[in-house]
Amino acid sequence: MAQIFHRSTNTISRATIFGSVLIVAALFWAGDEIQRSPYVTYAGVVRPQPVPFSHQHHVAGLGIDCRYCHTSVETSKFAGIPPTKTCMNCHSQIWTNAALLEPVRESFRSNKSLLWTRVNDLPDFVYFDHSIHINKGVGCNTCHGPVDRMPLMYNDASLQMEWCLNCHRAPEKNLRPRDQVFNMRYEQPSSYKPLELDGKVFIDQDSLGLYLIKQYKLRTEHDITSCSTCHR
Amino acid sequence: MKTDESSHTERREEVCPGKKGKLGLETARAKIAETKGPEFWRSLEELAGSEEFQEMLHREFPKGASEWLDAVSRRGFLKLMGASLALAGMTGCTKQPLEPIVPYVKQPEEVIPGRPMFYATTMTLGGYGSPLLVESHLGRPTKIEGNKEHPASLGGTDIFSQASILGLYDPDRSQTIAYLGDVYSWASFLQALRVPLSVQKTLQGAGIRVLTQTSSSPTLADQFRQFQKMFPAAKWHVYEPVNRDNALAGAQMAYGQPVETQYKLENADVILSLDADFLYAGFPGFTRYTHDFAMRRNPDGNMNRLYAVECTPTSTGAKADHRLPLRAVEIERFASALASAVGVNLGGALPSGETWEFFNALVTDLTTHHGSSVVIVGDHQTPVVHALAHAMNQALGNVGRTVVYTDPVDANPINQTESLKDLVTEMHAGQVDMLFILGGNPAYDAPADFGFADALKKTKIALRVHLGLYQNETADLCQWHVNEAHYLEAWGDARAYDGTVSIVQPLIAPLYSGKSCHEFMALLLGQADASGYDLVRAYWQRQRADADFEMWWRRALHDGWIAGTAFAPKPVALKTTNLSPPAGADSGGIEINFRQDPSIWDGQFSNNGWLQELPKPMTKITWDNPVLVGPKMADRLGLKTEDVIDLELRGKKVSAPVWVQAGHPDNSVTVFLGYGRRRAGRAGTGIGFDMYPLRTGAMPWFITGLKIAKTGGTYKLASTQGYQTMDTPEGARALVRTASLNEYREEPGFARAGQPAAEETLYPPLEGFDYKSKPYAWGMAIDMNACTGCNNCILACQSENNIPVVGKEQCVKGRHMHWIRVDAYYQGDRDNPKAYFQPVPCMQCENAPCEVVCPVGATVHSSEGLNDMVYNRCVGTRYCSNNCPYKVRRFNFLRFQDWETPQLKMMRNPDVTVRSRGVMEKCTYCVQRINQHRIDAEREDSKIADGDLQTACQQSCPANAIVFGNINDPDSRVSKLKAHSRNYGLLADLNTRPRTTYLAEVRNLNPELQEKSEPR
Repeated sequence: MAQIFHRSTNTISRATIFGSVLIVAALFWAGDEIQRSPYVTYAGVVRPQPVPFSHQHHVAGLGIDCRYCHTSVETSKFAGIPPTKTCMNCHSQIWTNAALLEPVRESFRSNKSLLWTRVNDLPDFVYFDHSIHINKGVGCNTCHGPVDRMPLMYNDASLQMEWCLNCHRAPEKNLRPRDQVFNMRYEQPSSYKPLELDGKVFIDQDSLGLYLIKQYKLRTEHDITSCSTCHR
Repeated sequence: MKTDESSHTERREEVCPGKKGKLGLETARAKIAETKGPEFWRSLEELAGSEEFQEMLHREFPKGASEWLDAVSRRGFLKLMGASLALAGMTGCTKQPLEPIVPYVKQPEEVIPGRPMFYATTMTLGGYGSPLLVESHLGRPTKIEGNKEHPASLGGTDIFSQASILGLYDPDRSQTIAYLGDVYSWASFLQALRVPLSVQKTLQGAGIRVLTQTSSSPTLADQFRQFQKMFPAAKWHVYEPVNRDNALAGAQMAYGQPVETQYKLENADVILSLDADFLYAGFPGFTRYTHDFAMRRNPDGNMNRLYAVECTPTSTGAKADHRLPLRAVEIERFASALASAVGVNLGGALPSGETWEFFNALVTDLTTHHGSSVVIVGDHQTPVVHALAHAMNQALGNVGRTVVYTDPVDANPINQTESLKDLVTEMHAGQVDMLFILGGNPAYDAPADFGFADALKKTKIALRVHLGLYQNETADLCQWHVNEAHYLEAWGDARAYDGTVSIVQPLIAPLYSGKSCHEFMALLLGQADASGYDLVRAYWQRQRADADFEMWWRRALHDGWIAGTAFAPKPVALKTTNLSPPAGADSGGIEINFRQDPSIWDGQFSNNGWLQELPKPMTKITWDNPVLVGPKMADRLGLKTEDVIDLELRGKKVSAPVWVQAGHPDNSVTVFLGYGRRRAGRAGTGIGFDMYPLRTGAMPWFITGLKIAKTGGTYKLASTQGYQTMDTPEGARALVRTASLNEYREEPGFARAGQPAAEETLYPPLEGFDYKSKPYAWGMAIDMNACTGCNNCILACQSENNIPVVGKEQCVKGRHMHWIRVDAYYQGDRDNPKAYFQPVPCMQCENAPCEVVCPVGATVHSSEGLNDMVYNRCVGTRYCSNNCPYKVRRFNFLRFQDWETPQLKMMRNPDVTVRSRGVMEKCTYCVQRINQHRIDAEREDSKIADGDLQTACQQSCPANAIVFGNINDPDSRVSKLKAHSRNYGLLADLNTRPRTTYLAEVRNLNPELQEKSEPR
């Protein structure tokens, strides 16, 4: 009697077994990639806005400080979106007839708010506070990316929990002196570009970060990775 | 074999004394008498050791709470299963929707988005103002706090003001002007009013009647003066079902003038309450009195002693050192006998032959505390009792020390029952052409024998106008209904119990363009377009013609009150007390007591879910108003809790279920008003039983002659008493620990005796959880001596933490969501038990049993010792709650939170997650406040100062019973309390190391009575 299965079935069965493992793994990998991709996180994706406001032009071109518009960033959890009045401070004088700015003028005339789309949007169960990050020496562009090079606004980071924890677990990697927080072209110290602070010279980020942790009395890693720090 | 079995049963009985099934009350009482230490019980079922109770004790949630009992088809079940399988593990893969962000056009000055603002205002109930501070997020009021600097509040609030924030956003509030039920505009209302008003002008207003609620507003009083000038023949009637007619008549009787009585409880060593529930919300001055009373409950200082003689068991009676349950009709005789014993000349012989339990000791105590005692009478006692109390306070030298008389707070102190009666008579006589009902609901809550609703229906009053927050029963019978502005939307003014005027400042523009009482009166005065702001401001400007008004006005608004407006003490002289001794009361007849409901008052808060679901202080019943019957009477008549009975009084009949209430006197029942509303809203309509049909104008508060008949039916009541009962394992120490003052002085550490020290453990401390080295370690101490069980903390927590309302059906299943509960424990004789209140929030155990069983790490420890609850991680296994010995965890069995109603979205605290279905939740010591304060302190490079950071429950507590703070700071108040000898932890034997601890209760028993009242 001939064999029921031809020898080639061995190969097929091997291929099936390993193949299915591979396919499952690939599915997991794909799911993982999708979850972290800009499709889900919107990282790098420009969102529709009523007025094509250019941070590049206003920050890098005109040199306006972040706090001119985001007034409550140092005192409140919410950085603040400027009221229409802030736009009109200048735009009642310049570009008064620009078609692009019509929604702004219309808002000012009709006393109806502009409806912006939130760009850096955390889930509603996350309670982030701007003021304490500013106070502890986290620069604006550490999280928001090179805003001064964004003609249209997008979120630079994924804003996912692993990304938050990267810094909460090792804050020394990102801290900078308080007076550099709003400097969009700040560079971390290196041997080419040392940083002088309080009479000390720092040539790498780690030593500066550890110094600032002490100086700014950062809470321990255990403290700032407790769940209730962000979730409540 | 036999011996084995019996010893086995015996042993079981030792562990759970109730496992005997059909254990009679007699046996239970004998059992209590045998035991040496105090034995505490929470319900009569527990005392009797019924099976149901034992089951409740051992279950995580009551039976049926965890099951899906609604019918589900097989197909529906498979669909659900399929969906949940498909979605398992995919919950993290949601894509965030795009969200708009809406900035101001012109940002107002001082507004910082993300930071709340606080404004002072005042809420009135029964005319008395409660000074408040209201938290506002970008123009949305979200949380009510007490005004710390106001002498009538000192930071505390009451349940009604806490819950008023839900009242503001209630989607069932009247939203339009209506004519015969159809929507009309303000302009058309003005149009309809114009001709009739001008006709009335020619008649001097002879046909105009205005019916208001009690008001203390100086502006409104002034408007009425102007109104009377314009329409001299018009009349102002006042009626509220919960009024102070008796107190007023008592003052008239004693002093010949309507004076207001204020108490200075900080000076009182001995307090006697004659049916007065002065430690519960609604009593004028409650917040301040509770504060002063609690301050004097310190057993290390000069502790006061409270005697309560009362009918309906109240929280004041529960706090009393000695309580005498007495039928309400007998209190008059008790008061007469007492008055004559303390030296009041009654001008007549007393009925003799009656003795009361602690009468002689009380007389001695009162007379030896000349000038530092006080007699307080409840508003529902007769005018004679009030007059007797005035005479006693005079005779005891208390006037000027513990009792102060002032002008009345009420702007129109008239007998309200008479006033309403006159109005009905005039309506029948056809003298009324226009009736303006400003607030209130007389068609529902007027005494039944007046027939107000009938009069409104049948007499042909040409114009009937109702101004109210709701389109209620009265609005139904009026042609016009004008939607009223809530006090958080309108300008006004009001006096607190001491006379201090506060400006009522709105927090938000009227949500539905409602009109305030002031604006409505202005309309009658011909100023149809006057705004409330202008009216109130103009009135005060006239009062302050010379001063720098603008500064003064700003100051008054900022502080929340007008300095120097408190009434000065008024010298009064007692008229000859010709108080003929009362006749012997009809002792055979059954007495019925009418009381305002502890939660929904006279029915005006019927549609407030927070108040409906608030367990009432003694019965812990939610959403209902059963008839309270004492245990003796229940035994005699064969009544059980939840039996439906017919109450028949003078031909009127009402059916209602029974609740057997320990401590209620025999031959007397209590019913609560405010339920059985026919038109209240989705929460209040049709809930409970309307008791107003039994109430008469002549005897509105109690009357004998009630007939009771069992109908044979039963009715399910939703009482939370007995749910979330903590089991005390064999050998564990009692949950409530108490001693008399003398015992405490002999053994100050009585509460700690036998408690294992925290160090006595075989387990090493958890790694990385070295709290001592942290700047903060949070802890709480709750002083049971100060707690009066006023329930304020429950509502403050509900408001602060976005806690949903679940409804009666869910409450029956024990699914209510309150993060802090107030347990009531009884001790001793069921006919007159002692009672204790114990607020129980999360204990934030250092060795938390809930944490180790969570499979997804949704409940974990923070570095500062908090037991964090991470809602977004929770998958709803409920293992944590199963393992919690304190039963403080609450589970969202369904989506209890309303996610659709836009008004309710505005009410939520933006700093706290709104939880969804399938998520466990619990107290977090208000971690949102901790974080905000820590961030603010760190920004200024400082530490959180002790007392700056308060949890919501602590902040609202008028008795300062809850103290929260940093236990790593040895100088903090909480550290000092935790070091106190009275401090003990609940179930600390389990080595959970609770961060919330209690200060044992000490009762200041009269040494003369001590032996008698403690037979064990």
